Amino acid sequence: MSSDLVMYEEEFQKIDEELQKLFQQASAKVVFLVDKNGQLIASAGETREIDTTSLASLTAGNIAATGGIARLLGEKEFTILFHEGEKDNIHISLIGQRVILVVIFDKRSSLGLVRLRVKKASESLVRIFNEITSKAEKDKSEGKLDDSPFAEISDEDIDNLFK
Amino acid sequence: MSFINYSSREINCKIVYYGPGLCGKTTNLQFVYKKTNPEQKGKLISLATETERTLFFDFLPLALGDIKGFKVRFHLYTVPGQVFYAASRKLILKGVDGVVFVADSQIERMEANIESLDDLRINLAEQGYELDKLPYTIQYNKRDLSNVAPVENMNSLLNPRNVPSFEGCAVTGVGVFETLKNVAKQVLIELKKHY
Repeated sequence: MSSDLVMYEEEFQKIDEELQKLFQQASAKVVFLVDKNGQLIASAGETREIDTTSLASLTAGNIAATGGIARLLGEKEFTILFHEGEKDNIHISLIGQRVILVVIFDKRSSLGLVRLRVKKASESLVRIFNEITSKAEKDKSEGKLDDSPFAEISDEDIDNLFK
Repeated sequence: MSFINYSSREINCKIVYYGPGLCGKTTNLQFVYKKTNPEQKGKLISLATETERTLFFDFLPLALGDIKGFKVRFHLYTVPGQVFYAASRKLILKGVDGVVFVADSQIERMEANIESLDDLRINLAEQGYELDKLPYTIQYNKRDLSNVAPVENMNSLLNPRNVPSFEGCAVTGVGVFETLKNVAKQVLIELKKHY
């Protein structure tokens, strides 16, 4: 069973910086990072007009479906998806088998530039996610999580969610 | 697989509604969508065919509230129920934190229920999950119809472990929130065990 993803401030900052850098260098409109199960992890750029939650879920669905096709063809995975629109284009890439990097760009940028910058960013992101994984494993084996929201959660807390 | 973000102080969990074709999975989500405050919900996304049969999935993000300063969000998904969409169903179960099995109470759909439940177990196993170890709730839907099987019979047929089950009529909303609340609670209790 795949383990849960636990992210702390420190790693989140690093990811955020990496996305900001990619956003600038690739002259993108929006950049965001989604976990393979469709949860939005972080984003950079003009996200206000975009429903990022839905986009995250659909992107993950897209990657999952493409992965299904790949396996049918005997491929391990197709790591890059690219959709071209009239105004906007979307470049989707799978990073380290775990997260999905999405770059939306228009004519201010180009596919070549985006591909190049995504490749660079991917390497850094893989490193950060490896750190997150090893940290999570360490915390779990030591049985500690700083200020876990679940430490003193009561039935009442849960019931209150549904009021 | 839930996602706990200490930076934005969010907990994200994934709940999947499973069940045979036309049992009311999408209807469950539609009712939740209809009855939830605008600030608590995102868009309900349905990837459906022209005849409104689910093609890939429905998706509804829900922000329920706070626990200890953490925003609790549930992402609700349905699978396409029709038998030949097996490959898509498998994909949607990836990273699931809790399962709702929506059973069709009509007597003539019992076989379809059993088949779908077997399919669920197999697909979960392929992802390395065991249904018996996951937060899991059953809804006996369409109780308003006249040709329904008695709940006791359905329980012995579909619910040997006696997990929480609810009678429902998703069209009018009976049992919809009870079901969701129950599975969400199980998911949070499960998370509590690990963190």
